[in-house]
Amino acid sequence: MKHVARSTLAALLLTPVLATGALAGSEDVVVENAWSRASIGTSRPCAAFMEVRNAGDEAVTLTGLRSDLAMMSEIHRVTTDARGVSTMAPAGAIVIAPEETVAVAPGVMHVMLMHLRRPMQEGESFPLTLTFSDGGKVTVAAPVLGIAARGPEG
Amino acid sequence: MRRRAILGYGAGGVAALGLTLLAGWWQVDGSGALAREDDGRPLPLTAMEFDLVDHEGRPVSPDMLVGQPSLVFFGFTFCPDVCPTTLADISGWLDELGTATHELNVVFITVDPERDDVEAMAEYVGYFHPAIRGWTGLEEQIVRAAEGFRATYERATTDSGDYTMNHTSSVFLFDAAGRFVSTVDYHEPREFAVPKIRRAMEQETEGAT
Repeated sequence: MKHVARSTLAALLLTPVLATGALAGSEDVVVENAWSRASIGTSRPCAAFMEVRNAGDEAVTLTGLRSDLAMMSEIHRVTTDARGVSTMAPAGAIVIAPEETVAVAPGVMHVMLMHLRRPMQEGESFPLTLTFSDGGKVTVAAPVLGIAARGPEG
Repeated sequence: MRRRAILGYGAGGVAALGLTLLAGWWQVDGSGALAREDDGRPLPLTAMEFDLVDHEGRPVSPDMLVGQPSLVFFGFTFCPDVCPTTLADISGWLDELGTATHELNVVFITVDPERDDVEAMAEYVGYFHPAIRGWTGLEEQIVRAAEGFRATYERATTDSGDYTMNHTSSVFLFDAAGRFVSTVDYHEPREFAVPKIRRAMEQETEGAT
């Protein structure tokens, strides 16, 4: 328990994450390396990426997320079949086992930000709130990188 | 009431598009394709026939790619993940290949010509490596292009009421003679992709003799 408390504290100090409420599970979630690509205007959907780590000792379920920037946000999973055809579909609820990290990474999963209220410009940063089945929320600041960015380092 | 009318038109449009795509599927994937001898490999560029326009509005066709090795892939500019990732990956490969890139054709063909007009393609490719050309055109010509490359695509409606495109995400490699060499699969590591491209480029001399 001491280890968990310490890792949560470290996460709160090192990353711009704010967990709310005294809830079991989601309070031990750490979101790291969040980033998104800049958008082209507002009509095209945009994608954000991150790593969601469960630093606690109970499984947590990520049920959804929201951002003031987009009217609709959901996590999509990308699958590529044997013929090389890529498809994306809502990932649904994502269960994260204790000590497990879910990588929302290009080509695997992305946070699809749809119906943008304003363009996402390179250099800015926006808050993204993840919601969990226990009612907990974790908000992370996602920096907006260039359209051709391949990872959190650009 | 007004909203309902708009939704009604929208549904009609979706149905019409569905039929168009079904026709496209029949030609690309269905019995239309089975009628011919087919090993599933892309045709040589010299055997393909389609007419599109590039992102500068110039008419283009597959025979124009013969003479230099080519990288060709399908996508659409409303794609939030796979396409920008592919374009960024290709930009990285081209950076690694360095000065050789002027000896290479790099073509991004949209599968969503309804939204990807010349202007949209020009803006989009402008964010990536300058060697990348964007091709668009009439739906029927895109269908013919996909048929030649043995690529498939289909429209899928999203929860938000928009649509997205499922499509072949592999990058097709051709030698200078226009013969299909290999594919680079989506998200293939650079240490595999770059040597594959180099191999296609080395076949240039063989193809020319």
